[in-house]
Amino acid sequence: MALRPPISDTDHIQGNPDAIIELVEYGDYQCPHCGRAYPIIKNIQKELGDKLKLVFRDFPLEKAHPQALMAAVASEAADNQGKFWDMHDMLFENQRRLNRSALVEYATTLSLDIVRFEQDLADETIAQKVKDEFYSGMRSGVNATPTFFINGEKYEGSWEGDDLLVYLLDRFA
Amino acid sequence: MILAFYPADWSPVCGDQMALYNEMLQYFRKFNAQLVGISVDGKWCHMSFSKDRGFHFPLLADFEPKGAVSKMYESYDEAVGESRRALYVLDEDGIIRWNHLSPVGINPGADGIMDALEEIDQRKNS
Repeated sequence: MALRPPISDTDHIQGNPDAIIELVEYGDYQCPHCGRAYPIIKNIQKELGDKLKLVFRDFPLEKAHPQALMAAVASEAADNQGKFWDMHDMLFENQRRLNRSALVEYATTLSLDIVRFEQDLADETIAQKVKDEFYSGMRSGVNATPTFFINGEKYEGSWEGDDLLVYLLDRFA
Repeated sequence: MILAFYPADWSPVCGDQMALYNEMLQYFRKFNAQLVGISVDGKWCHMSFSKDRGFHFPLLADFEPKGAVSKMYESYDEAVGESRRALYVLDEDGIIRWNHLSPVGINPGADGIMDALEEIDQRKNS
């Protein structure tokens, strides 16, 4: 299945914007599988360097993971202060503590403006943006987290261990 | 009405699929659609699974006579004695408007259900 909507300026993009490989992850900060995928993706970024552009989109399963939505909102709030990826890393590295006070603590560690961060945390429009991302992911065929898209097409293979890296190296070497 | 037949409580793919549908309830509700999950697991197993995962929709036990409803919907796997992973969307008159059978181990997601609900809605309003 194809990714809709395609990648745009409103996405969170890391790496070379003109890379030949565009890897999109739909993830949930409270999902243990995403937590396991986190170092795997970091390693793929390291191995592929300039060949890879990474995009992260939110897919919080709120009912299963009650703190996932607020964690996603925290990443967006950090984005408003130019630190999306720092917060993204912080959340996955501290996945077991994602309550509100922990989020504020992480924001403090990242030297964010806390007053603004807390305002954004309570901002319904930001929460709605995250929910819209969930919905568009679902319409693209995301059925669990993490789900990956490679150059706009859903990746159905395994991402465990070095499976995804080997797949990307084979296909794009 | 959305009927989601699935092989077994607690199995990894079913758990993911039902967790997604649990999340989707708010979107199904916009189309006045009710979801039920159906497997051959008994009611105590269903209750335990549902409580553990915090499901907000009913799970029906196609337990005795085993698989009777699944068979009516051509969604029973005789070889393993479980329901297949089949989806049905019925309209307000009880007419099946869409169905889908997933290959073994494949989570069908919710996209097809939403397409079906949108189509039924358009038909009703046209």
